[in-house]
Amino acid sequence: MTDWPQIRRVGLSGILITFAEAMTEPANRAALALRAAVEGADWPEVTETSTSLVSTFLQVNLALTPAEEMTERLNDLLSSRDWYKADLPPGRTLWHIPTVYGTDLAPQLEEAAEVAGVDPDEAIRQISEARVRVLTIGFAPGQPYLGELSETWNIPRQQTLSKSVPAGALIIAIRQLVLFTNASPTGWRHIGQTAFRTFRPESEEAFALSPGDELCFPAINTAELEKIRSNDQSGDGGASREVLA
Amino acid sequence: MSATLTVVQAGPALSIQDFGRTGYRAQGLTKGGAADPIALHEGAALLRQPAGAAIEMVGAGGTFTSDTDLRIALTGAAMTANIDGAAIIWNASHLLPAGAKLTIGGATGGTYGYLHIGGGLATPELMGSRSSHLSAGLGAALKTGDTLAIGPDKGSDTGMALPRDNRFDGGTVHVVESMQTGHFSVETRDRFTQTTFKRDPRANRQGVRMDSDGEGFFSDGQLSIVSEVIVQGDIQITGDGAPFVLMCESQTTGGYPRIATVLPADLPRVAQAPTGAAIRFEFVSLDKAIAIEQRAAADLKALPGKRYPLVRNPAEMRDLLAYQLIGGAVSANANPFEEES
Repeated sequence: MTDWPQIRRVGLSGILITFAEAMTEPANRAALALRAAVEGADWPEVTETSTSLVSTFLQVNLALTPAEEMTERLNDLLSSRDWYKADLPPGRTLWHIPTVYGTDLAPQLEEAAEVAGVDPDEAIRQISEARVRVLTIGFAPGQPYLGELSETWNIPRQQTLSKSVPAGALIIAIRQLVLFTNASPTGWRHIGQTAFRTFRPESEEAFALSPGDELCFPAINTAELEKIRSNDQSGDGGASREVLA
Repeated sequence: MSATLTVVQAGPALSIQDFGRTGYRAQGLTKGGAADPIALHEGAALLRQPAGAAIEMVGAGGTFTSDTDLRIALTGAAMTANIDGAAIIWNASHLLPAGAKLTIGGATGGTYGYLHIGGGLATPELMGSRSSHLSAGLGAALKTGDTLAIGPDKGSDTGMALPRDNRFDGGTVHVVESMQTGHFSVETRDRFTQTTFKRDPRANRQGVRMDSDGEGFFSDGQLSIVSEVIVQGDIQITGDGAPFVLMCESQTTGGYPRIATVLPADLPRVAQAPTGAAIRFEFVSLDKAIAIEQRAAADLKALPGKRYPLVRNPAEMRDLLAYQLIGGAVSANANPFEEES
């Protein structure tokens, strides 16, 4: 483990701390926890922080602050505890987002189930009962990468891109789910459809989700989704939420 | 009633841009804002007001009018421009009388032109900025018929100009090593800095593709990189081996390796390079990069002192009789960017 974490300079724009070579649950927790600690430390040189799957980024103008100075401070912070065993940040939210699986609204459920080697009903059961965490947010504003699902769902991306899947689509690949912000092409398979809006620029809370939040996608039918769509003004798409202790 | 500016006819790609939004990277939203922030500072210096939102025009402008007298300034990529048919000079401030038509045509050098208004644009802010972030679905492009609120103008002078720099023609762009530079062999990095690239037509506020004749610039283990943070200026090598300089509206994270990162001070040069312009990348040490950044910051501060009057006030000219007063007149139909024949 001595190779990790790694501290690297990102151009003149900041410092990146990477906890692993590939996505792992402990490395993701470490990245979230380090970000929370840096936010808590409130270092004046750090103008913004973010996480990707296994890394924490500190935006620092390195033309004004020497990188060594930040690296030294980060080394002290990193050696202060075992980040891979860190608790998840407090104040997280658990969302239950009603989802239509399959049908014309999400036409690749059967294909995804076949690639995973389960029948479609079993696929719906497994995914609608799974509880996944926001591993990172990216690609589009507010768009969560969710995981990790069981090894059954370690299915590859498609060889060719789907031309466009709609906003609110639930898509799957490599043991992860993504809930789409905007209509977009994708190599992932479209297995569910929600009426949940991840990005609400006109609202006080423009971003519905934060890294570390947990989500479930209970199954509903198309008539129920239709009803939710016609009544929902908030963008929640019929979702309920609770605060995790 | 407060003043407004009306878009009589919108060119193909007009949007309101200021310095963008910070603090949303963790939630998947990059900063956005003007592709050429230097041009925002130039507009502010010309109008003697704080730097803020302007109309960004990609490749060509449009036609504008106002219900009141307005001071305007034009900066960034030079475009043909006239007020009611009378040609006006780029990189300068002018009076746009109430009801007059300001027509801004195609770019004659560079890519992103800017129209600034005395008093500034007073359009509503969304999440702390007036910028449209089109790739994120935030805000919208300006369209024909839009009417934009203008703030109260505390200034009064017009007819001031700034000298143009050479950031509109491509040229040498300084880069530093980035977190994945080590994934590329020394030979590949050397070839990268020895290649003269051409700015590809595929370029927008998200990224600018660089063309070259030789083979691609592949890293060792090209496809196995876990998705990492993107910062503005990162040069990403996509599947076909071509470099892409990531700009203000890029995604927040990406899984393609980055061979280098363009210095913030040199990003306007990448943004403004017209299609086909020659660009070379030069690695500089961290110390030299810091020196370049500091010089660029000092240059921005010095802009107000570089203003000069387009036409000098005779009352302020002690050697008035030494001037040929008639010969300098500009024809309404002449192109101010061409030599008189």
